[in-house]
Amino acid sequence: MTSSLAGIRDTGSGVRPSRDVAGFDVQRIRQDFPILRRLVHGHPLVYLDNAATTQKPQVVIDTLVRYYTDINANVHRGVHNLSELATEAYDGARSTIRAFFNASSDREIIFTRNATEGINLVAQAFVRPSLKPGDEIVISAMEHHSNIVPWQLVCEERGARLRVAPMNDRGELELDAFEHLLNERTRMVAISHMSNALGTINPIEEIVRLAHARGIPVLADGSQAAYHMKVDVQALGVDFYVATGHKLYGPTGIGVLYGREALLEAMPPFLGGGDMISSVTFEKSTWNSLPYKFEAGTPHIEGAIGLAAAVDYISSIGFEGIGAHERDLLDYGTAQITTIPGVRIVGTASRKASILSFVMADVHPHDIGTIVDREGVAVRTGHHCAQPVMERFCIPATARASFAMYNTREEVDALVTALRKVNEVFA
Amino acid sequence: MSNLNDLYQEVILDHNKRPRNFRTIAGASHHADGFNPLCGDKLSLTLQVEGETIADVAFQGSGCAISKASASLMTDAVKGKSLGEALALFGRFHAMVTTPPAEPVENMGKLSVLAGVREFPVRVKCASLAWHTLKAALDRKEQVSTE
Repeated sequence: MTSSLAGIRDTGSGVRPSRDVAGFDVQRIRQDFPILRRLVHGHPLVYLDNAATTQKPQVVIDTLVRYYTDINANVHRGVHNLSELATEAYDGARSTIRAFFNASSDREIIFTRNATEGINLVAQAFVRPSLKPGDEIVISAMEHHSNIVPWQLVCEERGARLRVAPMNDRGELELDAFEHLLNERTRMVAISHMSNALGTINPIEEIVRLAHARGIPVLADGSQAAYHMKVDVQALGVDFYVATGHKLYGPTGIGVLYGREALLEAMPPFLGGGDMISSVTFEKSTWNSLPYKFEAGTPHIEGAIGLAAAVDYISSIGFEGIGAHERDLLDYGTAQITTIPGVRIVGTASRKASILSFVMADVHPHDIGTIVDREGVAVRTGHHCAQPVMERFCIPATARASFAMYNTREEVDALVTALRKVNEVFA
Repeated sequence: MSNLNDLYQEVILDHNKRPRNFRTIAGASHHADGFNPLCGDKLSLTLQVEGETIADVAFQGSGCAISKASASLMTDAVKGKSLGEALALFGRFHAMVTTPPAEPVENMGKLSVLAGVREFPVRVKCASLAWHTLKAALDRKEQVSTE
């Protein structure tokens, strides 16, 4: 459907018609997302802030409503029927999510609040106990604050050192320099699978190979990657992988930490409380088995169930179709946006996905954001919680359009039209 | 588009393009850095206060059109004023940009061009950053953040 429309609108820009794979129907997908029907400032919503959070399909919304309408009860307690149903749904959600990431066991899937909590859990319960003065943790120059600050906290406390692998002017990790940073003092490598500010996809398999050759464990931050491409934690070879539900078309407040079972088994708890214990006396408590050892207190039950509905939805569409469609939007968007006078794209890695970060000559991103918002176009403006990335490129901020499976070429056109309006205002 | 025009008035676009007092006062008597972590706006304000009077005031930094224009207009507005007058002006300016859009606001002369920011709640911080920085400089606080 879009292919033909986009083909007609494609007037001499050199961009090929949409390359959607057979069976991928973006208009049908759009029907699944009720919020896409609303207006903003009198214009149809053009939601291009997906890297911040994605919209939710009706099936996720319905799942949350159904949970509270039909089975709400606390999990892992009580023998009554509802508690059994809720427990079954909650543990079933874990199995669904294990399969989505291809972990080998449900015990390796820990529910967290978000990716940030997953990283903090690993920093505090895996790295901190054995971190010594002079030890090193390696991250990259393109990390989100959530993959910087948790490591800074443990480094500061233990007198360890945070080392930063550089990136080049295209926003690609400099792998040689990264390898050079690895040494006998390195205790952890933590790196984003995909940059939220630049769209760069990092070569996690290669990073893992280099780190594991020296016995160094690797955490990959999949906050951005997980909703754009198939993530197979076993194929990647990572020791830990974190993701956040609200970017996976699921609810906020639910995230996932994957950890190798042997590592999780050896780690002390992160938070203490109910559900994470096997027995408690005032003298001593013993810990519950995995994954419950890391899930203290009543969990975000409907969040986990909603997230399972979301990843089922993603799987029903398939990453083959999603990836091809988003690649098309990125290529089309890149071609179209660079026709606007003054626009410069920040982040031009050869391997990137779904993110167009850009600046406009003499117009601050914040002004861009306000003006395009009045046209119904939602983009993110600012430093994207990646201030060091902005410093690296000597800019205070960027405007960022980020695509999801339900976006269309027509929406890219709406962005371009809105950006031309920005130039008119600032002419 | 109408309230977008209220926000990006000619005067604001002009002050953004050609900010007044856009420099650093060497050996300034007062100084503060303002930072808006939400959007990364940064400005550095220097003042020469003689007795009770702001003899000179200047700013440098990077920011959106609103924050830059507001800083530029502020420097023009407070230069030559007494410290008390400058702080009173801050109070009136703050009241102007935070009054709900439907309600009437005081005419503040040139500074009134920023009244349009009321329609854009997330941009109020951009307009008030320079003023918060001014107050911090006069209070001898060297850094201020609008978060």
